Amino acid sequence: MKSRTLLCAASLVLACAPALAQDKKQETLIVANETGPNMLDIQGVGANRPAYGVAWLAYDRLMTYGKKKLANGVQSYDFAKLEPELAESWQIAKDGMSVTFKLRKNATFHDGTPVTAKDVKWSYDRALAMGGFPTFQMKAGSLEKPEQFEAVDDGTFKVTFLRKDKMTMPDMAVPVASIYNSALALKNATKEDPWAATWLKNNTGGGGAYKVASYKPGQEIIYERFDDWKSGPLPKIKRVIQREVPSAGNRRALLAKGDIDMTYEMPPKDFAEMSQEKGNVKVSSVPAENSMIYVGMNVTKPPFDNAKVRQAVAYVLPYDKIMASALYGRGAPLFGGKKPVSGTDWPTPTPYATDLAKAKALMKEAGMEAGFETTLSFDLGQGTVSEPMAILVQEALAQLNIKVAINKVPGANWRAALLKKDIPMMINRFGGWLNYPEYFFLWTYHGQNAVFNTMSYQNPAVDKLIDAARFEADKKKYAQDVKGFIDIAYTDVPRIPVVQPMVDVAMQKNVEGYTYWFHLQPDYRQIFKK
Amino acid sequence: MLTTILKRLLGAIPNLIGVVVVTFLLTRALPGDPAAFFAGGAGTAEAVEEIRKKLGLDKSLPEQFIVYVRDLARGDWGMSHATGQPVLTELTTRLPASLELTLAALLLAVIIAIPLGILAATRPGSWVDHLCRGIATAGVSLPTFFTGLLLAYIFYFLLGWAPAPLGRLDPYLSAPPLVTGFYLIDSLIARDFPVFVGALKQLILPTITLALFVLAPLARMTRASMLGVLSADFIRTARASGLAPRTVLFSYAFRNALLPVMTTLGMVFSFLLGSNVLVEKVFAWPGIGSFAIEALVASDYAPVQGFVLSMALLYVLLNLSIDIAYGFVDPRMKIEN
Repeated sequence: MKSRTLLCAASLVLACAPALAQDKKQETLIVANETGPNMLDIQGVGANRPAYGVAWLAYDRLMTYGKKKLANGVQSYDFAKLEPELAESWQIAKDGMSVTFKLRKNATFHDGTPVTAKDVKWSYDRALAMGGFPTFQMKAGSLEKPEQFEAVDDGTFKVTFLRKDKMTMPDMAVPVASIYNSALALKNATKEDPWAATWLKNNTGGGGAYKVASYKPGQEIIYERFDDWKSGPLPKIKRVIQREVPSAGNRRALLAKGDIDMTYEMPPKDFAEMSQEKGNVKVSSVPAENSMIYVGMNVTKPPFDNAKVRQAVAYVLPYDKIMASALYGRGAPLFGGKKPVSGTDWPTPTPYATDLAKAKALMKEAGMEAGFETTLSFDLGQGTVSEPMAILVQEALAQLNIKVAINKVPGANWRAALLKKDIPMMINRFGGWLNYPEYFFLWTYHGQNAVFNTMSYQNPAVDKLIDAARFEADKKKYAQDVKGFIDIAYTDVPRIPVVQPMVDVAMQKNVEGYTYWFHLQPDYRQIFKK
Repeated sequence: MLTTILKRLLGAIPNLIGVVVVTFLLTRALPGDPAAFFAGGAGTAEAVEEIRKKLGLDKSLPEQFIVYVRDLARGDWGMSHATGQPVLTELTTRLPASLELTLAALLLAVIIAIPLGILAATRPGSWVDHLCRGIATAGVSLPTFFTGLLLAYIFYFLLGWAPAPLGRLDPYLSAPPLVTGFYLIDSLIARDFPVFVGALKQLILPTITLALFVLAPLARMTRASMLGVLSADFIRTARASGLAPRTVLFSYAFRNALLPVMTTLGMVFSFLLGSNVLVEKVFAWPGIGSFAIEALVASDYAPVQGFVLSMALLYVLLNLSIDIAYGFVDPRMKIEN
């Protein structure tokens, strides 16, 4: 150390600066993406997707998921395995109706306050009280009432189950179940705002691996490592600068020139090209779990109330062309599979493939040979993929005398349009966090008609199977239930699955340790530079 | 003079009231549903209703308007739900970014356009005139995002002369302490020269892009106005009296030709400030234009209203200062007491 200082002093400042800068570069990660977080509080009203990433880094959960290597070498989280994060260990009661967590004794929040069970209780109560997304996410794991959460003593936290729900434990490891520094938050709470929602939008009160060093909404967020982090191995990257660069072309240029280390959310064409190029850039790709791009049809109104018409559409879609010219091959095909479905894997290919003769025959059976007119809508925010796809669908349906008008809906209006449930035909995508087929079906096919059941599909037989699968302990029966509802859904085809989209991240070759997470946000805790 | 300015400012109040009412009504007439948008991920119908209540959108329109005006009177411009920040904070951090870029572009454009226009006018039909016409046509017909991307591609990607289009500063530098919000000025106040150089470098490409765009109207206007003045009687008289060509050109002709150029300058300035969204997007510039567009896309009422209102305020001030400047250029135009 001393000799180095001497050397520095002896030589000119200029000669030393690059060495220091080199160190800095090695421990700094520069990321550019299209949009950044709109607030720092995942439980806040209207928190966007990048805000999930803030929760993931600046806050801890009681548990986290294990890791596994995927077939293509990419590291992924393992939804079947729960590992300790803030909780050192946990014990499920003998009757299976509660769980008791032991917290780490030496864990502190960023301001040095020790983490206690009271903080955990406060955070879970908050998730239920904030309403909207966090509340619904907690409910998805049967975490519905504050009485379920109990701080037994400072280091012990108990959750009582309402019912035996296999999603309860995994649901406590999703970003929404983050643990907040209750003392700090309460200091900044007001009478009108008892949960400090306003303060936590711009400040963090967590104990995660990274502190938010600077946050400029719409520009950048800078993370700094929390050196006293106890809930896992200390991250190697000390500083992360995440900038918003809206132009995808520029982000690609920045990466190619080595000015940024990582980017995501690019058009599939760019990822397809970058993964072919021989340069300093590599692309890490994983098909997004539990998610699909699909063509949905509103079953409450003619002509799509007729299953034959829907099947005809499923047989006429130009699947291969869509894969090639809308997705540039970035995704796993969800068509041309076996009938009936073979296992409980989800999403799984449908038995449909392009077959004009079959489609025409089905239209004839339905008495619809003369065709009809309809509108195909899509979210303009997803236009890079949806627009070419819509044109291909339009072209293909013309062969069945179906005249399709294309309706592009701006992002802000899309959700409102979905809620109205009056779109006859749409291209959309959906992904579920918890990787269970029945979780996906609960949102998208169940008769409770959630907003993502965009087709308003209601079938008591399917509902029964979904509800049974959710709480089924017996593996064989569970598999039967799952196969059952997939089969019905694929025969009735209210939605035609087309492709399981790819989650692509492009980075410099020297960036290692990228891990795929269900929330799709980058986790800098495992990343390092070679 | 002071009373005149005060009178003008008072006269602007009815305009501002009109702006407040109209933007309020217009934002409410947008087709999107902010509650549905902000309900996000698991937006069930109940969640949307809950959020509607939280945003105060379940109240009737007149009630919402009263709340809005009351808050405005207290200096509270509302919250941007998309960014989670008070609108006033957003505007005050983003407006300087836009202003710095716009002013730099205007300055560059003026430095090039006015000599070009004068030269073209004094030598009509010459190569300078053709060059002026060529630049003007190209500047107007090339969309800014295209010029921006092209410049970034050539000077950053291919040649490596320009810095990465990553916003106002290189990620390794940190912003100077806030005084004016203009990085060039703030860094000089802080005597932080690396930051000054860094900020200047980041400014170059977006400035050229914008300047190319506004060059056209300025150069054309200078040329036309100079041509008109140069053929006027008093110039012929001046020439006949044997005044030096330089004196005729600058003291008499140019000063008289400046008025329409200044009007154009004012118009171009206000137009630029609100509409350089595309340049901001290309160069990741955290300006006010992209903020307003994003707010519109999200049907986020408060920032849209705030944006329009701040633009209206800026227009009022701009018009006033241009009117005052007229007085200096041409005493006949001095605003009356």
